[in-house]
This record gives sequence, structure tokens and C-alpha cells, in this order.
Amino acid sequence: MADRTSQQALITQLQTLFNAVPGELPHDKIDTLSIPTDRLIEALTFLKHKAEPRFEMLFDLSAIDEAKRGGGLTVFYHLLSLSGNADLRLKVSLPDEDPLLPSVCTVWSAANWYERELYDMFGIHIDGHPDLRRILMPEYWEGHPLRKAHPNRATEMPPYQLPEARYRTIMESYRAEDYREPGMSAEEMILNIGPTHPGTHGILRLVVRLLGEEIRDVNPDIGFHHRGAEKMAERHTYHTYLPYTDRIDYLAGVQNELPYVLAVEQLAGITVPPRAQVMRVMLCELFRIASHLVWVASYAHDTGALAPPFYAFREREYLFDVMELITGGRMHPAFFRIGGVALDLPEGWSEALQSFLKRMPAAVDEYQALLAQNPVFRARTRGIGVLSTAEALDWGISGPNLRACGLAWDLRKKRPYSGYECYDFEVPTASEGDALARTEVRLEEIRQSLRIVEQAMQNMPSGPILSAEARYTFPRKEATLQDIETLIHHFIKVSRGMGFPAGESFFVTEAPKGMNGYFVVSDGSANPYRLRIRTPSFPHIQALKLLANGHLVSDLIPILGSLDYVLADIDR
Amino acid sequence: MSFTQWLLTFASMGLVLLGLLLIGALLSYGERRILALLQDRIGPNRAGPFGLLQPVADILKLISKEDFIPPFADRMVYTVAPVIVPMTVLMSFAVVPISEDEWLADLNVALLYVLALSSLRVYGLMLGGWASNSKYSLLGGLRSAAQMISYELPMGLALVGIVILSGSFSLREIVAAQELPFIVLQPLGFIIFLVCGIAETNRLPFDLPEAENELAAGYNTEYGGIRFAFFYLGEYLGLLLIAALATVLFLGGWHGPWLPGVVWFSLKTLVLILLFFWLRTSLPRLRYDQLMAFGWKWMLPAALLNLLVTAVLGLFWMEG
Repeated sequence: MADRTSQQALITQLQTLFNAVPGELPHDKIDTLSIPTDRLIEALTFLKHKAEPRFEMLFDLSAIDEAKRGGGLTVFYHLLSLSGNADLRLKVSLPDEDPLLPSVCTVWSAANWYERELYDMFGIHIDGHPDLRRILMPEYWEGHPLRKAHPNRATEMPPYQLPEARYRTIMESYRAEDYREPGMSAEEMILNIGPTHPGTHGILRLVVRLLGEEIRDVNPDIGFHHRGAEKMAERHTYHTYLPYTDRIDYLAGVQNELPYVLAVEQLAGITVPPRAQVMRVMLCELFRIASHLVWVASYAHDTGALAPPFYAFREREYLFDVMELITGGRMHPAFFRIGGVALDLPEGWSEALQSFLKRMPAAVDEYQALLAQNPVFRARTRGIGVLSTAEALDWGISGPNLRACGLAWDLRKKRPYSGYECYDFEVPTASEGDALARTEVRLEEIRQSLRIVEQAMQNMPSGPILSAEARYTFPRKEATLQDIETLIHHFIKVSRGMGFPAGESFFVTEAPKGMNGYFVVSDGSANPYRLRIRTPSFPHIQALKLLANGHLVSDLIPILGSLDYVLADIDR
Repeated sequence: MSFTQWLLTFASMGLVLLGLLLIGALLSYGERRILALLQDRIGPNRAGPFGLLQPVADILKLISKEDFIPPFADRMVYTVAPVIVPMTVLMSFAVVPISEDEWLADLNVALLYVLALSSLRVYGLMLGGWASNSKYSLLGGLRSAAQMISYELPMGLALVGIVILSGSFSLREIVAAQELPFIVLQPLGFIIFLVCGIAETNRLPFDLPEAENELAAGYNTEYGGIRFAFFYLGEYLGLLLIAALATVLFLGGWHGPWLPGVVWFSLKTLVLILLFFWLRTSLPRLRYDQLMAFGWKWMLPAALLNLLVTAVLGLFWMEG
């Protein structure tokens, strides 16, 4: 993190230049300033280009409906400085009625989809936005789901009606021909790929403009996998929401639980016992491997290779055997708890893990031989989907996709959490920024994760697995069976949930697909007031337009595959 | 010809047809089992002993499907296209000599006949893609046309070397001339023929016309039921044909010690087919422009070089 003095200087600068008002330092120690709407663009431009340090990335942009806390809307811009390793949060207050916000698309390309999400979810009109449409909800949706006034569950709404005539007009807007723009030449063709297509790995729709087989434009249409994860959090207690996080990036299981529990622990000031920390790191790295294995499989399949998918899924199956032994679950273990983990390690875990670790290096070499060293594969992926570091930062790209551009930005090294500073591992990078570079980086990451798992296994400390902080953790089940007081506490905590301190807490971790951040806003009750989930896949797919234009339609699918996304991670 | 001769000819034609269809069906089973083996899976093992009746089950299923023609398709062409593919392949088999005295027809232009039919086959894919009137199919059909043109040229040129060495276009005489298999004299020609053969049968790494990942089955996206089965059958028979032709032209056909000619022929063909299966599971697909570049910038010059060297050496050989 940047030192306090330079950060303080920056805040003073913002105060004098843009009338920014610094707020109380929240639980996550990220400086938060309120800024008037009319100075917003200036301030953000200044922060990106002139400030010291420069804030190169618009990391997140969303809002909080303050209807239950005095009215209005609070929009927050989360900026990230990679050069200075610093964060900054700018807040803008908007009225409830007809909120209007200037577009920052001109400052950061990544802002486009985030602003559409603001419009879709909160009904904030974005002034000067190039393409202001709903993004996650269908065009015909009524209301803005993340407003507090919007019902939380279907049973709170009247029965849904869709008369035939209305259905027809709605469907009419999905005709691919309607995307035909006035300036399009007669030889160009609109190809509608998806929502169900073997190359999109899920329900993603790409409206592609083709000249012959050459891509002129790609227009991704997302939201088919939207389940309202952020809205759901608002009626769950902090503990009961945990299993939902597993299903955000559904290939990375506990990797989603980690930023969530870390954010909540930061809010409540809970310290996690060492054994639980090491267990978390070990499981997280195993899930990084699991996620990368599915990527190997689907990406190889994108280029037409038939065998590697089966090999990668075979190894993943061995991994899940270990996972099942330790957590009882396979893909979605819901294993972490606020303050620790759910269960202690079972008997025989290290032997099982050992045999998996012994098998993996040869398997990774096999993938390497079948993909990264295969001349056909190299020819297919070299030079396609090239991303420069500047573009990557502008578009909010993170994780292996960013490291393939040559920037060794890994939060496990830059901002070690859960004791990552104690492990010896390298951050693989490549310089080309193309699909092949991304391939090589991810394959090497599997090897590095294996090293971390090995170290965690060797140095597993003994001790408790759950924090003793009684206010925020459940009593152990064994104790509830012995002691009436504990039983009462257990009953109350389970049925009503536990109130967490009011405040804001943001935590970002290095998930397999990139930076995964959870922003918890608490009003002191048992449910989060607002939970913002910033996923890596969302900006990655937004950048597809940039990566695919000018390539052939055969390249589109490998470019898509090389980004490594999960639909649930995009739509949440 | 007398009536009995006619009868015999028709009977043998029917027998060969039946045999080929059976082999085609078995190949689909064999490929699935062998791919499964290479991919650490089991493959179809439920229908009949070792799953051997799987092709029967497949055919029964495909026949019993609704005979669906998309409303936007060109009905006439849509119906005809799938038939062209297996038909042209089956016709090619007529000139393939299985052993010293087993063949259906001994044309003196057999090689040209085979090449001509393989060119006709592309009409099946192209028209199928065109008549489906869907964008994916159209792209697949166009790809197949471009691919076929680019690869039959080097294929034809590679075969001229054989003609020079054997002095004949008849497949039977070509085999007869191979006391020493032509693969020894024409290694480059063999490789070119094999690569072009895989390209002509649209198999990985050259399966661009159907490229499931981007074109979602390409030229046959809109086909189902028995019409799809025809395309499918055509692909497997095409595979068999290329393997059989490579055996006849380069591997000495029925020649071989101890065993009868038919067995040698079958063994050699089988080995090549296994090679095709193996390639399919190991290699990713080429991109369209790479496929074209490979065909025109590598295969064609290589075939020309091969022809030139063969011609010059052949001239000295015959002179001396």
C-alpha cells in the first residue's frame, strides 16, 4: 500500500481542486471522498493522468440505494493504482428522482458496461453514454432491481403476465437483422452466435458483424445467467449468504468465499487462527488448479483439439476426490466460515493430497505438450487477441490476462492476505499479450499453485480452525449439546443472524480469473445493507470487442476461450 | 454379355455395396471406441457384445427421426445434397483392387475417375450448406468448396509421380508394378497424398467445413435424421476410400509375403485408418487462412517438386 503521507497529499489536492469532502476512514482503510457531480469528470481525469500516484484502473463502479438510510443514491467509483498500489473511493450523491450522472466512458473504456449496469439496476440515467441500454435485465423489465423499493422475491410481486402481442414485440427486438447499421456495406453479414452455442461455454450471445469470415464488430449480449446475487444478499444473514458466493464463479468454489469472508472479517475485526488460514490458502490454490483445468479443457476444445478436454477433466476428478474428502463437497463446498473454516482436516487428507500432487506435474507437462508446444495450436493462438498493458488497464483487465501483457500484478504478492507472504512461489508473466501468452501464463500458474499447496501441506499448523470471537461465530455443535446457555446462543444466532458493525468493508483477492472484490455495506443489522460483487469476467468480456475486431470468425472462439470467463461470474 | 454375366455383375456389385455399408458402420463404431481409448474413456459398450451393435442402434434412431426440412431451406437441393456424398464415394470403390483377382472394374483411367468423383463430392457439402439457407451452413459450405479446390490440386499432382513410375492409370496395373512399394520411391508424394486425403474427407485437423466450435456443425447444421446419416456415412466411407487408395497407390496393395493378398490389403488399410483416428484426437483444427496458405504455399510447391524430380529421374531410369 502507498504510504499515508503521499495519500494524504493527494486527498488535500482533491479537496482544493475539486471540492472533494473526505469522509470517515471506513473499515477497509480505503480513503473515501465525496465529490460534487459537476466536478466528477475533471477529478477522475486528473486521477487517471496527473495524480501522484496515477490511478490507472477503474476497478469498480456501482451504487448504494440509501432509501432506508435517509434517501438518495450513493454512486461509488473504486479506483485502483497499480503503480502506487493504492485504492481510492469517490462517492457521488444523487437524488432519488431522475438521478443523472455524467458518463466517464471517455476517461475509462471499462466504464461503459458498469454505467449500463447502473442504469439497469438503479435507474440512474447516464448523460453522454454511447449506448445506454439495460445490460443484465431484459429490455422489457419493469423497475430497477437493486433499488430498495423493488421487491426482493417473486412472491412479493403480482403474478407475471406476458400477453402474446407484447411477447411478439419483445422478441422482434432480438432479430439479428435489427442490428444492421445504416453505414453497413451490402457484403457484410450479421451472425448471431448464441445464446446457446458450443463455442460460448454458457449462455452468452455475441452479435457479430462479418465481412466474409472477417470480424468487423462484436457486440456481446449478457445477462442470460443473471440471478440477482447482489440483491439476494440483502435478505440473507451474513452466514447464510456464503453458499451463494460459491456459485458466482462456479468453477472456483471457495475462491469466491474467500474475499467475502475476508471482507466481513475486516468489518468485524475478526482474526482467523493460523490453521484456518493455511487451510484456506491450500483449498483456494486447489480451486485455482480446478478452475484452470476446466479452462485447459474448454480452451483446447475451442481450437478443435479432442483429447486434452478429457485429460484435464480426468485430473479435475482426482482433485475433486481430495476436495470431497476434506470439505464434503466437490464444486461448491461452502466450507469457509466467518472467522475460520467449517471442519477440521479429516484423517488421511495428506496422503490423498500427496497422491494428487504427485500426479499433477506430469499431467501439466502433457497439457503443455498438447497445447502450448503443439505447432498447430501455436499457429492458431499466436498473435490473436493481442492486448497491450495500457489497454488492459484501461479496460479493467486483471489476473492471468493482465499478467500475459507483461505486468506482474498479483495480489497474492502485492497485497498478501491470509498469509500468502509466507509461501515461496513465482508470478508467471509473458510479454506478448496474445492468446498464446495467456495459455502459457495459466499453465505455469497451475505449477506455481501446486508449489503453494505443497508448502501449505508441509507446514500445516495445529490449533483451532475457527475464531474464538464469540459475537460473530457460531458456537461449536458439540458444546451446544452439553450446555443450555450455548444452545440458546446457537439458536438465537442461527434463527436471527448476528448483527455486524455498521460500516463499509471492501476486500479484493486474486481469484483464478482475476481480481475478485466484495464490497460489504453494513447498517448494523443481521443482513448486509448492500453487497457489491466485482467479478473479473465482467470487464474481460467487455473487452472482447477490442480483442476480436479484424480477426477471423475462427479466431473469435479461441480468443473468447483464452480470456477464461464463466457466465455466472459475468452476470452474477 | 450373357444374362448370367449381367446377373453376376449385379450380384457382386450388391455384395460390395452391402459390404462397404457394413464397413462404414463398423468404422463409426471403431472410431468411437478407439477415440475413447485414447481419451481415457470407455466409449459405446451397451448395445450388443462390446457395443458392436451401436451402429445398428444409431441407424435405427436416425431412421425413426422426423423427416424435417427447415421451412427456409431450398427443398429440392436440400434433399439431393446428402445423397451425393456417399454416392460418389461408393462409386469410387468400383475401381479399387482388393487383391490380385478381386475388383469390380478395371478402368484404364481409374485414377482420373477417382479424382473426378472426389471433386464431385464437394457438391454434396456445398449444396447442402447452400440449400440449408442458414448462415453457419453457408460458411461451412463455402469453406468446403475452397478447401476441396486447394487440396485436390496437389493431390492430383502427387499422383502423377505414380503414373510416371508405373506407366498406367489403372489401379490394378499400378499395384502390379509395385514389387517395391511406391512409398519408398515416392515418400514425399505419399505424405502429400495423405495430407490432402485427410483434407478432402474433412477430418481434423482439416474439419473446417463443420468446425463445431465456431460454426456449430457448419454445412450440416440444419440436417437431421437419415439425411444427416448420409453425410456421416459419406465421411466414414471417404475415410476408408482414402486409406484404401493410399494402400493401393503407395503401400503395394495386395503385395506381401505369406498371407493372402486380401489380408495384406486390409491390414495396410486398417493401419492407415488407425493413423487417421490418432491424428483426429491429437491435433487442433487449423484456421481457414492457414489451411489455404498451407495448401497453396506448401503442398502445391512440394507436389510440383516431387513431380519434377520424379520426371527427371524417371527419364534417366528409362533411358538407362
